Parts: sequence; C-alpha cells; structure tokens
Amino acid sequence: MTPSISVENLSKRYELGALQEETQLRDQIVRLLRASFGKRRPREVVWALSDVSFTVEPGEVVGIIGRNGAGKSTLLKILSRITYPTSGRVKAQGRVAALLEVGAGFHEELTGRENIYLNGSIMGMRKREVDAKFEAIVEFSGLQRFIDTPIKRYSTGMRSRLGFAVAAHLEPDVLIVDEVLAVGDADFQKKCLSAMHELRGGGRTVLFVSHNMAAVENLCSRGIWLAQGKVQLDGPATKVIEAYMTSFASAENASTRLANVADRSGSGEMRFTRVEFRTTEGELQIVTRSGRSVVIRLHYHANEPIVRPNFALRLFTELGTLVTATSTWLHGLEIPLIPVGQGYVDLEIDSLNLMPGRYYLSLWLGSLNEQRVYDALDHAIYLDIEEAPIYGQSRRIDSRFGLVFFPQRWRLDGIGRSATLEVSRAADA
Amino acid sequence: MREWISEMWRAREILYFLAWRDVIIRYKQAALGVAWAVLQPLFTMLIFTFFFGRLAGIPSNGVPYPLFSFSALVLWMYFSVTLAHVGNSLVANSSLVTKIYFPRILLPAAAALGGLLDLLMSSLLLVGMLFYYHVTPHWTMLLTPVFVAQTVLLVLGLGMLLAALNVRYRDVKYTIPFLTQIGLFVTPIIYPVTFLPHRYQGWLALNPMTGVIEGFRACLFGGGVDWNVLACSWVVTLLLLLVGGLHFRLTERVFADVV
Repeated sequence: MTPSISVENLSKRYELGALQEETQLRDQIVRLLRASFGKRRPREVVWALSDVSFTVEPGEVVGIIGRNGAGKSTLLKILSRITYPTSGRVKAQGRVAALLEVGAGFHEELTGRENIYLNGSIMGMRKREVDAKFEAIVEFSGLQRFIDTPIKRYSTGMRSRLGFAVAAHLEPDVLIVDEVLAVGDADFQKKCLSAMHELRGGGRTVLFVSHNMAAVENLCSRGIWLAQGKVQLDGPATKVIEAYMTSFASAENASTRLANVADRSGSGEMRFTRVEFRTTEGELQIVTRSGRSVVIRLHYHANEPIVRPNFALRLFTELGTLVTATSTWLHGLEIPLIPVGQGYVDLEIDSLNLMPGRYYLSLWLGSLNEQRVYDALDHAIYLDIEEAPIYGQSRRIDSRFGLVFFPQRWRLDGIGRSATLEVSRAADA
Repeated sequence: MREWISEMWRAREILYFLAWRDVIIRYKQAALGVAWAVLQPLFTMLIFTFFFGRLAGIPSNGVPYPLFSFSALVLWMYFSVTLAHVGNSLVANSSLVTKIYFPRILLPAAAALGGLLDLLMSSLLLVGMLFYYHVTPHWTMLLTPVFVAQTVLLVLGLGMLLAALNVRYRDVKYTIPFLTQIGLFVTPIIYPVTFLPHRYQGWLALNPMTGVIEGFRACLFGGGVDWNVLACSWVVTLLLLLVGGLHFRLTERVFADVV
C-alpha cells in the first residue's frame, strides 16, 4: 500500500535576525558595501526541523506532540505546502487540506455567506461542492441568523465556528489540523472533536497537533513526539504521550529525601526519611495520571523501638483544601512493634480519581497508645497529576470539573427510543 | 504533469473568487459604489482639459482634447491603480499566504483581473463620449481589446515582479505610487508623442505604455501609427512578463517565511 504521507530526511533552516535586517533595500545596499569591505556579520541559524523521516499509512490518525518550538508547526506548514523544506522530501497522496488557523483567509468585509464560498474555494472545494454543502456548513456553524452579516461584526468564537464548519466539509484525503481546539467554547470544541471522529471513521488520514493530551490519546492511534526539530519517539499514542509527560516531570520528584527537612514537628524517635511514588510493578513512577494507579512508599528510620505506631497521610489541593486523609489505624491495622532501623510502608491506590493538577501531601507518624507525635511534615511534597482520557473521551477534563471523579456511567434507558439515539449521537463527541 | 493541469483547472475557480472578492471589497460601504470607477478618470480629464488643453494649448492631433486625454486615461487609470493593487497583493494577503496553500500566482492575477471592472465602467463613458463628439465608427475600433489585453499583461508582468520584491522589501510599497506618478508624464497621455522634440521620442517608446496608448488612440480615431513604437512596446511587455514570471517562480517558495 502506498503511504498516505511520506517524509524523508526533512530539514528546515531559519536564519534569525535576517528578516528585520533585510526588509529595507537601503539595508541591503549597506550590507553589500560592508561585504565588499570584508566585514560580514554571521547570521544565527536555527534548524526548526532536522532530518525528520516517517511515513503515515492511509487511514492513520497521527498526533504530533512536543513543546513549543519543537518544530510541530513548521512540519505541518511543509506538509501543507505553505513553506518549503531546506532539504528532504515530502509526498502526500490525494487531496490535502490544512487547517492551521481556524478562519485563516476570511475577509473582514465579506459576509459569512461570502466567506464560506471564498474560503471553501481557496481550500480546494469546487463551487458546485460549496453549493451542495452550504446548508450543512451553515448548520454546523450554528450561525444561521448571522450568515449575511459581515464577519467583522462576528466574535472570535463565531469566526472559529464558521472556519471549522468549512474545513469539516472539505472531505480531504489527508487532513492536517493545528491546535484548533485551543479556541472556542466547550460546545464548539465538542463539535470539532466529533467532526474529527467522523473523519477517522471515514478512513481519512489525519495529522493532528494539540496540547490537549486527552484529545490526542483518544483520537490518535499513533503519536510522534518532536523535540528540537527531531523525532524523539514514534509509536502508539499512549506510549508516546507517557514518554513525553515523563520528560516534563523530573525523576527527582518521584523520590524525595525527607531526612534533612527542617520544617517538621514531632518528638523525633522515629522519622520519615523518604517518600517515593512507584508503579504497582515497583518501578519509580515519574508521571502519575488521573484515574491510574500509584503506590506511595513511605520510608522511615526508627531510633528506638516504637510500639503501635500509626502512619497517616493527608492529601491537599494547591489551595489547601483537604481532599482525603488516610492512616493505618483507619484501615484497622495494628503494628505491634517497629524495631530500630530502617523500613517502609506502601500505600497502594488503585485509581487516583483526581482531576489533573498539583496536590500536596502531609505526612504524620504518631502513636496509638499515647497522644504522641513522632514526626509530622506539612505539605512536605507535591504530586503532579497529569491528564488522561478519564471517561474515554477526548474532552479535556481539568479543575473546571471539580476535584474528583468517580467510576461511573449514565443510563438513558428511561428516555424514549428516538430521543436516546439523539443523545447518544451528541455524546459521541 | 496531469497533476499540474488539474491543479490549474481547479485554480480557475479560486482565481474567480479572489477577483470577485477584490471587487466586492473595493466598493463595499462606498456610497457611490462603482461610480468611483468613472468619477476618477472623468474629473482627471476635466482638469487636464482645463489646464493642458485650454490654458497651455497642448495639441491633440485634431481630436477634441477631452476625448484625446480621456481615451488615454481609461487605460492609464487601470494601469496605475491596478499596478498598486497587484504590487501589494501578496503582502495584503499575508494571512492567506502563511496559512493556506494555493498557487501564489493567483493573488497578483486576481488583482489584475479585478481592476477590469473599473476599466469596463470608464470604457462605457468613453463610448458615450465617442457618440457625443460624433466620431466616425471605424473597423479598427474592433482592435482596441488587443491594447487592453496588452495593458493587463503589462500590469501582470510588472506587478508580479513588484509583488515578489514587496514581500522582502517594503520599499516597493512607496515606490509604486512614485513610479506611476512619473509615468503619467513620460507617457503620451496629456500630449501626443509628436509634441516632444524628435530626439526624445525614441526614449518615450521604451515606456511600453506609450505604444499601448498610441495604438489605442489610432484604433479609435484613425491616423497613422509608428509600428516601431508598437513593436518596442510589445517586446518590453513580453520581456517584463517573462522576467516577472520567472522571478516570481523562483522566489515564491520563501514567501510564507518572509512575508
């Protein structure tokens, strides 16, 4: 099978500072004079992409991830033929449509109707096609009432809706989409995502750049992680995303030494020495994600034998709200005696049903016998919880949706049959 | 090759929509609308007639001076106004150039075509004036579209060169009005070529618009035409088209990076 997209040894060089210097003819002349006297300022060169190669099979949905400046947008611009590579080759089969900015090419003075025709045509639709799809485009945008208003009177959100509506009806063989989900309200994002789902179902090849990891993970079968213009990792989306997230978190945070922390209270017969986040397999867990498991390992050192200790842990939000508190005593565990020396206890959490964000842990070690506190560390360490498609959807779920989520499902059996169909279609997004 | 042909075939609709957009935008929210296309050359002609025809007494080869100057202004106005549009077409549409792929050549081409509506409007007035001054119809009038076409090619050739340069050097934006202002005087618009001393006439022929306007007038009013001037004008026009086109092809790959 011929690949839908093939990229071979692609490189793109930009020269920094070259733009401002040369935009005036006068400067060119000055430069020419300088050059003839042998003084030439070397230009700073940046390789936005260097030696990138990959192929995409028809029907594959590929998410491209990476930090800002990693070369994602440059790659998409080359793939959509807006700019040209310094070296290397790109080949795409069939009609390629690129949506690099929602509503690019709209003209302020034209009405929504006029812009649909203009934009549709520039993006590769025939007039007959636009005629046929016009109603559907307008309906998708939800702008029926404003379709004959110049778009200079539109809000940003309205423009995005119109732009995506046109793009969603292009029916290309290859669709290239850059960060369209960054604009628009939740409702619009939902529509975009459902349109992209449909594209995926239609067997089209999609290349998708987004910072919304949940969307990438849910939409894309494959991920390509770009770092400093190179392919860092190419593979199954979930794997690539996890590797990418791992690169953000420092490994140090997965294991924190507490022995030298001065800001603590307690009598000190026994101290926490280290906290670690581990996977259920026992490895250090560098990235902890919403809804996934984590093992919190508390290391201690007892300076004298401790009778009936109680290990406790409290979890706070960044704003200091107590999310949960737990202890060995709450679980009915009796530890008769801890001998002098080192050891650890593990708290295994099967599914950490917290919204993504930063959380703080407070540790407490006391005695069940007497009201004694051996060691207490308030907000001693933090735990970053990264996003994940927790309900199996692409929607970005973050602190706007509260603190926690539950393993749950909606049942729609009580609604009439035709209504159920409607609802399930809307929920598809 | 087949791909290229189908791309150009599709591009024909984009060209149409871009030209259509240019026309719409120009007259949207203008109370007088397309009337502007007639008013500008009309008032220019009235002023020329007063100062150059009446006061300065510049000869007009036996043609009434208003008709003499207006026939030239119809083409010159298209040339000067449209050249500015074509020259700015890439920079003015930078949001398109940097975000969507389509054959870049369509932007200057659409601007050159969009100006034809104005030309059509002022031509209607010219026809009215021909009737008013009882100019005898002659079969050579059928040849006038040749010179209109030449003007379009000239605007396109020169415009492509300027548009591509404008992407990198914004000086071009200031150069174009300056260029057309000088052009108004080194083109036989307010005077016939024969008005100049003979030794300057050869230099004037190097300006391709000289041949265009002389030829256009000869078609309308009869009278002889210097074939050398016409030939020179076509050579310069085609040369500009070639240079403009090649330069455009060579530089278009970096438009999106530089604009």
